[in-house]
Amino acid sequence: MAEAKSERTVHVERAGQPAVSVEGLHVRFVMRDATVAAVNGVSFELEAGRVLGILGESGSGKSVTLRALMRLLPAAHTRIDGRIRVAGHEISAMDEAALREVRGTKMAMIFQEPMIALDPVFTIGEQIAETIVRHERVSYGAANRRARELLEMVQIPSASRRLKAYPHEMSGGMRQRAMIALALCCRPSVLLADEPTTALDVTVQIQIILLLRQLQQELGMAVVFVTHDVGVAVEVADQIAVMYAGRFVEVGPTEAVIDRPAHPYTAGLLASTVLGSVHGQRLEAITGMPPDLRALPEGCSFAPRCRYAEDRCGTAMPPEFALTPERMTRCLRVAAREIDLAGPTLSERNASMGMDRESNHGARSQCRTDVG
Amino acid sequence: MSGPDGLLVADLSPGASAAARERAEHRPLLAVENLTKHFPLKGGLLNRTKMVVQAVDDVSFTVASGETLGIVGESGCGKSTTARLLMHLIALDSGSIIFNGRAVGTADGLSHRDLRRQMQMVFQDSYASLNPRLPVAMSIAFGPFVHGLAKPEALKRAMELLAAVGLDPIQFSNRYPHELSGGQRQRVNIARALALEPRIVILDEAVSALDKSVEAQVLNLLVDLKAQFALTYVFISHDLNVVRFISDRVMVMYLGKLVEIGPVNRIYREPQHPYTQALLSAMPSMNPRRRTLRAPLTGDPPNPINPPSGCRFRTRCPFAEGVCAARPPALLAPPGEDCRAVACHMRVPGSGHSRAAAAA
Repeated sequence: MAEAKSERTVHVERAGQPAVSVEGLHVRFVMRDATVAAVNGVSFELEAGRVLGILGESGSGKSVTLRALMRLLPAAHTRIDGRIRVAGHEISAMDEAALREVRGTKMAMIFQEPMIALDPVFTIGEQIAETIVRHERVSYGAANRRARELLEMVQIPSASRRLKAYPHEMSGGMRQRAMIALALCCRPSVLLADEPTTALDVTVQIQIILLLRQLQQELGMAVVFVTHDVGVAVEVADQIAVMYAGRFVEVGPTEAVIDRPAHPYTAGLLASTVLGSVHGQRLEAITGMPPDLRALPEGCSFAPRCRYAEDRCGTAMPPEFALTPERMTRCLRVAAREIDLAGPTLSERNASMGMDRESNHGARSQCRTDVG
Repeated sequence: MSGPDGLLVADLSPGASAAARERAEHRPLLAVENLTKHFPLKGGLLNRTKMVVQAVDDVSFTVASGETLGIVGESGCGKSTTARLLMHLIALDSGSIIFNGRAVGTADGLSHRDLRRQMQMVFQDSYASLNPRLPVAMSIAFGPFVHGLAKPEALKRAMELLAAVGLDPIQFSNRYPHELSGGQRQRVNIARALALEPRIVILDEAVSALDKSVEAQVLNLLVDLKAQFALTYVFISHDLNVVRFISDRVMVMYLGKLVEIGPVNRIYREPQHPYTQALLSAMPSMNPRRRTLRAPLTGDPPNPINPPSGCRFRTRCPFAEGVCAARPPALLAPPGEDCRAVACHMRVPGSGHSRAAAAA
């Protein structure tokens, strides 16, 4: 029984049933002196085997959305409205006992800081085995065998030895791998990833990205991947949702969003990722700051920072406008075809950058070898 | 700005001899030689030193007046320790730091107090580096006040600097750090760093904690201020894109060693050290049609406690051979290049590495 289960199984959702379905999600944090509107109407569907990258800055509500999917937010201060279905389960209507059965088995989450997510007083092996025993009611022997397989699956060298290691005895990259093994130990069909590579060095980050991509394809999981880093989103996501002030302002296939951003905020975000800019020239920065979530502006929440904003942008939040069946944007002026942000694509800009940079530096390149 | 540095003005006065002018023009503003800092790890009976963290080991480089030197590397490579050593926030074990021709911290050299008038630093954590109980204008004015400016004058300068970093002095001068956003606080930190009219500003991950849209604003500000106040930057970051944008030259560190240094274009286009190559190819591709397919390195950066013998990168290097374990590579200019330097046996003719050219 346990042996049969320990094979890597490919999850196949019933046809036509999305792995994740969110409708009109609102999350508010009610505090004594203010109410913070963290998520203000997020709707999306994600099919099995697909990766959605939620791209946003701090305070945009991307992590809160993710935690709402798993109902991990503190119940006392949080008001969640809207409908959440994950892997065929109505998450929004569940009580704590039912949630405990679903968490880990149907959906699992990985975090930015494995040192906080893992229990410091138990070994990696104990933590994984305990979870398997709790959910699958197998013997500890079988659970330990599966834990070793999991560590091998996430490519931790000398897995048997590492089962006996405590989190503090491992390096950052190894800890992140161990946390992925723990999240996948009960074969969830939905994986929620909250900036899992942000705290890692760049050479380790790419290893974890490649591992997650490989596991996602092998196991056929649906993944919601939250990040602030455009580069990381491009590496992992099939679809990108750009989030601003608690709303998706643009959703579309990764290629389309990166090549031809439709919303002024997306365009600004891409322009301010330093990659596309010429040395010595100014970056096309977005002016101002994100809005105060305690008192959101009445109209489009990006309007105060938007160079294309008009009077009517300040009256009501623009509805979702479908550019193509796969692409959505919330911008009145794009919907009315008044502005077209299609400039040279990021890759074109990078190609042209080479020439410009050379001339820019040639004038002042200092020849100093620093050889002692 | 009145030049606080009497030395340079004197050196370049019209009456100075041609030779003196020549010397001053070619003299780097900052010259670091054989900088070394080891942290002992004590423990056990009698609190003896058990292990040594070789945070920075025999690092030499120069910074020319008016340039921006970027320092990149992964965690534990010693880039932040280097910054703190430059500022003399921690004492160096050996080596020397020569600022504008004068050694720092020696009997006849520049005192720490004088050094810090000319060299200032901006840290990553914008909140922790401001006094939470002082309005920001007071924080900015504090340095000039301590260095002898009268209080009204110091406050006036603080107001000017707030305006220079894009914060309205009337609106912001009396605010406390917790009343500002991260980007605004970092602007205050930059203003404070400029309050003593320094010539060099060391930026240690100064934009790393900021959101992308705010980071772009602060980077633009840094570029503007550099031109306005004729500054020289040492810019430390783990973000290779940001370093590429702002730097004239780049220095790559690995486990406390300098592995490659050179003009930013040369380093980013034709990295010569295998570690630099790996670091650059580990960057996300930014092209959804050409995603990264292979990780250039396996495993994490090793611990700087008891680093490997010889070349420190050899344990992760795909080209490592016997010679790499036997002796550490020297930092040398590769053949035909005088603008850059690499510490790799493969680039030294006759080093004994099978990929190196034969000895001339």
